[in-house]
This record gives sequence, C-alpha cells and structure tokens, in this order.
Amino acid sequence: MVFQQLVVNGIIAGSEYALLAIGLTLIFGILRIIHFAHGEVAMVGAYVAFVVSVSLGLPLPVGFVVAICFGALLGMAVNRFAFKPLRKQHVWIGLIAAIAVSILLQNIIALFFGNEIKTYNLGPVEKGMEMFGFIITKTQVLIIVVAVALMILTWFFIKKTKTGQQARAVADNRHLAESLGIDSEKVIASTFAFGSALAAAGGVLIAMETNLDPMMGLMPNIKAFAAVIVGGVGSVPGAILGSYFIGLTENIGIWYLPSGYKDAIAFFILIVFLLFRPQGILGKKKEGIEQ
Amino acid sequence: MIEAYLLHLLILICIYAILSMSLTLLTGYTGMLNLGHAAFFAIGAYASVLLVMAGFPFWLGFLAAGGVAALFGVLLSIPSLRLRGDFLAIATLAFGEIIRSIMLNWTELTRGPLGIPGIPKPELFGIVFDSMLTYFVLTIVVVLATYVVLKYLLDGKFGIALKAIRENELIAESLGKDVKMLKMQAFAISALFAGFAGSLFAHYITFIDPSSFTLSETVLVLLMVVLGGLGSLVGSIAGAIILILLPEPLRFIGLPSSMVGQLRQIIYAGLLIVLIIKRPKGLFGEQWFGGIVSDSS
Repeated sequence: MVFQQLVVNGIIAGSEYALLAIGLTLIFGILRIIHFAHGEVAMVGAYVAFVVSVSLGLPLPVGFVVAICFGALLGMAVNRFAFKPLRKQHVWIGLIAAIAVSILLQNIIALFFGNEIKTYNLGPVEKGMEMFGFIITKTQVLIIVVAVALMILTWFFIKKTKTGQQARAVADNRHLAESLGIDSEKVIASTFAFGSALAAAGGVLIAMETNLDPMMGLMPNIKAFAAVIVGGVGSVPGAILGSYFIGLTENIGIWYLPSGYKDAIAFFILIVFLLFRPQGILGKKKEGIEQ
Repeated sequence: MIEAYLLHLLILICIYAILSMSLTLLTGYTGMLNLGHAAFFAIGAYASVLLVMAGFPFWLGFLAAGGVAALFGVLLSIPSLRLRGDFLAIATLAFGEIIRSIMLNWTELTRGPLGIPGIPKPELFGIVFDSMLTYFVLTIVVVLATYVVLKYLLDGKFGIALKAIRENELIAESLGKDVKMLKMQAFAISALFAGFAGSLFAHYITFIDPSSFTLSETVLVLLMVVLGGLGSLVGSIAGAIILILLPEPLRFIGLPSSMVGQLRQIIYAGLLIVLIIKRPKGLFGEQWFGGIVSDSS
C-alpha cells in the first residue's frame, strides 16, 4: 500500500524533473555549460502563471501558455546577457555566471512577491482517487499526462523540425555545422528558448502540485541535473530515463531512510555517477566529464 | 554604539577574509571551483562548538575545527582527481548539500534546524574574549597567521606546483609533480582554514544552525575571491572588505529589513555577472595562461 504510493509519487516527481532535465541536457549538449539558473526559469514561469490566473483572474491554462512563452523569452535573455559574452572563457566561468543569474532571479521575484508561499487557488483540497492500492489526485494525473505530452513534442522537435536537426548538428560538431552554413548562434538561441519553455511548463506543474516560493526551482533543477548525469549528458532519452530513476529512487529511498534525507539521496546518486559512471546509463563514449 | 557596530563589521571582515583566502588557494591557485566551501565552514563550526560545549577547552575545539574540516577536505579531493572543472564543482555542491542535510537531520548531534544556542565565548590562556574589542584582536591574529602561512606556502614550490596544475595538468604531471597528492593537500589546507573560520564564527555569533551554511554563503565567499582576483591573497582580503561593507549603506536608507536582504543578494549577483564578463581577473588577479581565457578541456 505505502510502497505503491511511493512508486506513484516517484513517477510524479520524475515527470516534473524530466521537463527541466530535457532543457539542461540540450543546452549542455550544445554549449557544454551547466545551466544552473534553469530551475529559476521554471520558478519565474510558475509566477507568471500566478499573475495571469490569480492576479488577473484568467483561467490557469491561459496562465500556463503565457508562462511557456515568457519562459522561452527569459531563456533567450539569459543566454544573450549571461552566457554569450562568456563563450570563450574557462569551463567553469559559465557555471559561476549561471549561479549568479539564479540568485538574481530568486531575489527579484522575492522582492516583488515576498518570500512567503503562494498557491494557484485551485479550490478546496482535492480528494484523491483510490486505485491499485495508491491514491492519486486529478491534478497529479494531469501533471503526468502533460509532462509525457511535452516529452513527445520534444522528440518531434528534435527529430522532425529543421531547427532540431540543426541543433543536433551543432551539438555534434559546431565548426562543421557552421561551415555548412548553419548559424550556430541562432540555433543556440532556439535551444535556450525551447528548453526554457519546457522548464517554465515544469515550473507551473510543480506549483500546481505543491505551491510557489522563490526557492522552488533550486532543488528540482539540481535533481534534474543529477538525472542528466545518470542518463548520460547530451542525451534526451537519457535525461527522461534519469529523471524517473531519480524520482523513484528518492521516493522509494525514504521507505528505508528518514524522509529528511530525501534530497540527500539525489545528491548521493549524483556523486556516485560522476565518480563511477560519468557517461551515464545510456552513454557510450566519454562526453568530456572526465579530465 | 557606533564602535560596537564598526567592530562587528571588522570581525565579520576577518572571518570572511580567512574564508576567502582559504577558497582562493583551491579556486584561484589550483583552478578547482569548490561550491561546497560552506560545508567546511560548517564542519569547523559544529566540531568546535560540540567539543567546547562538552567541556573541552577552546584551543582544542579550535584545532579540532580545522582538523576535522581538513579530513573532509581530503575526502572531497577524491572527485577532483577524476572530474573536469564544472563537474567537479557540481560534485562539491552535492557534497555541501549532503553535509547540510546531515546537519538538519542528525538531530541527536546537531539539534537539527533548532540550532545550538548559548555557545560560550572563547577562553585562551586565562583571557575570556567576551568583548567586541578582544574578539576583534583574536580574529585579526588568526587572519594574519593565515596570511603568513598561506603566503609562505603559495609563494614557494607548493604554490608554483598548484599553479602548474591550474594551467595544464598534463604538463605539471610530466614535470614530475605528484598531481593527486598536490590536489589532496590543496583541499586539506583550504578546508583546514575554513574550519578555523567556522570556529571563530560560531563562538562569535554564539548560535549556529544549518541555515548559516547554505550555498549562498559559498557564493558570497566565491564572489570575494573573484572580485579580489583569482589567485591573489591580498585580493581575497580586499574582496572580503569590499563585500562586507558594500551593502551596509542599505541599512540606513530606511528600507524594510526583508527588502535589505534581497537587495543585498541582487547587488552581489549582479556584480558577479558584470565582473566575470568585464574583468574576470578581478582587482588584483593575474592572467591565467591556460585557463581563464581559453577552454582547457
């Protein structure tokens, strides 16, 4: 009974992490940088939906769409103003910039909305549906369905659209792609827009299940990054697989450990994979994690 | 009153100067970005406090703070032997978060989120450092000692070997440097001094809880190091002075205190972005040959 519940909770968490992990792995694949502020893009997305649905009183789906659009713009802005000037810098200078952006966004949101927890006012607490020994709410079903739909959309974007193909070419070999006339900066901007839009969608879904606060993006993003490592950096299927792996392990892990260690489980997996299997579960060749 | 306020700022500057000097040894000299530095600071604080509150003398708690932190430094050096710069940084971040998680959850030892109140002021050679002035003297002595020791180490063969690792690890190794041992020593020494700073911090504030040792603490120290110049001890001290004093005027313009904290973080983060884009070598930093201007991977 409890065990089935933990598995379901793991799948819900994994769906949320996956929406962040896809953007992280795409951006890493192209630029070789760890986008530490990706979780804050998700957080800002959640607040945009809050403004639209609570402050303006429009339906939440409208807020969801506006958040996705705003997320894409924010992602492109972060790329333009924080990462682009640092393209040729030392490998971890970009990471410092991303951390600074993350702190900046957290505090700007806190300045406007305060540090206290907010919700979307989705009405009274839902009574979950009981089946097969676990309880799941309609919101949670919706989260899983929307997340899976967006994953299928991602597959379509990468495999079928011209931008997706160009993004793969740039990730594979930037100089070669440029010599074939692909504008790599444009491709990078599109990748940021697409990944950040997904992150914003993830932010809204996370806020629907729990609530909003300026720090809400930090932990999911680090876990999504752990998922990227587990799945193999640069690989989208790997990122999705890794997200469910992290979501399930941390939820099943608290079956054995005090629940306060839930976050630590993901960090532990991250370190273990970095040390012993840096290419991840699906990765074959070395992706430049090791020296 | 104004004296107490100024002394308070001076004591904070001293504690952060020790932290930033210890971090620049790793990040500025050896080229390894440590995002878990606050964990060493925390380990030192808790080690010292738990020993002193169990009845041991302050000098023992202070030395143990450095010693225990240094042991964890050796532990954290293991990932540095295998991982590329930014992945090492993520591993150190995960290490810091695991340590914080243990501080929060091992309540029998640390009292978890409740924190440990009523930490006694230090006593050495029969002197109790309970006034602001005496505490300032104590911290400035530790700052000077840290500076002298690190200056001696980093100007000598050890420091040159660390810089060689930063610029090009393969060349350092081919010149017969034991890169693994040097990295381990760099982590241990860096953690040692961060642990000392933790002890000084805990016995000054007289209350510690896990919220004092978060990632934003590490980022503040990192900003001091980057502002002062990667690989400069004097720069690290200057960074600590500037960044402790910089947000202070915000207190006097009549903003609500909740906004002051956020504005302070916005200033820090904005400054960090502008700095690494416009002047990555900081105020006193030197040019990195293999590193800071080109991708070494």
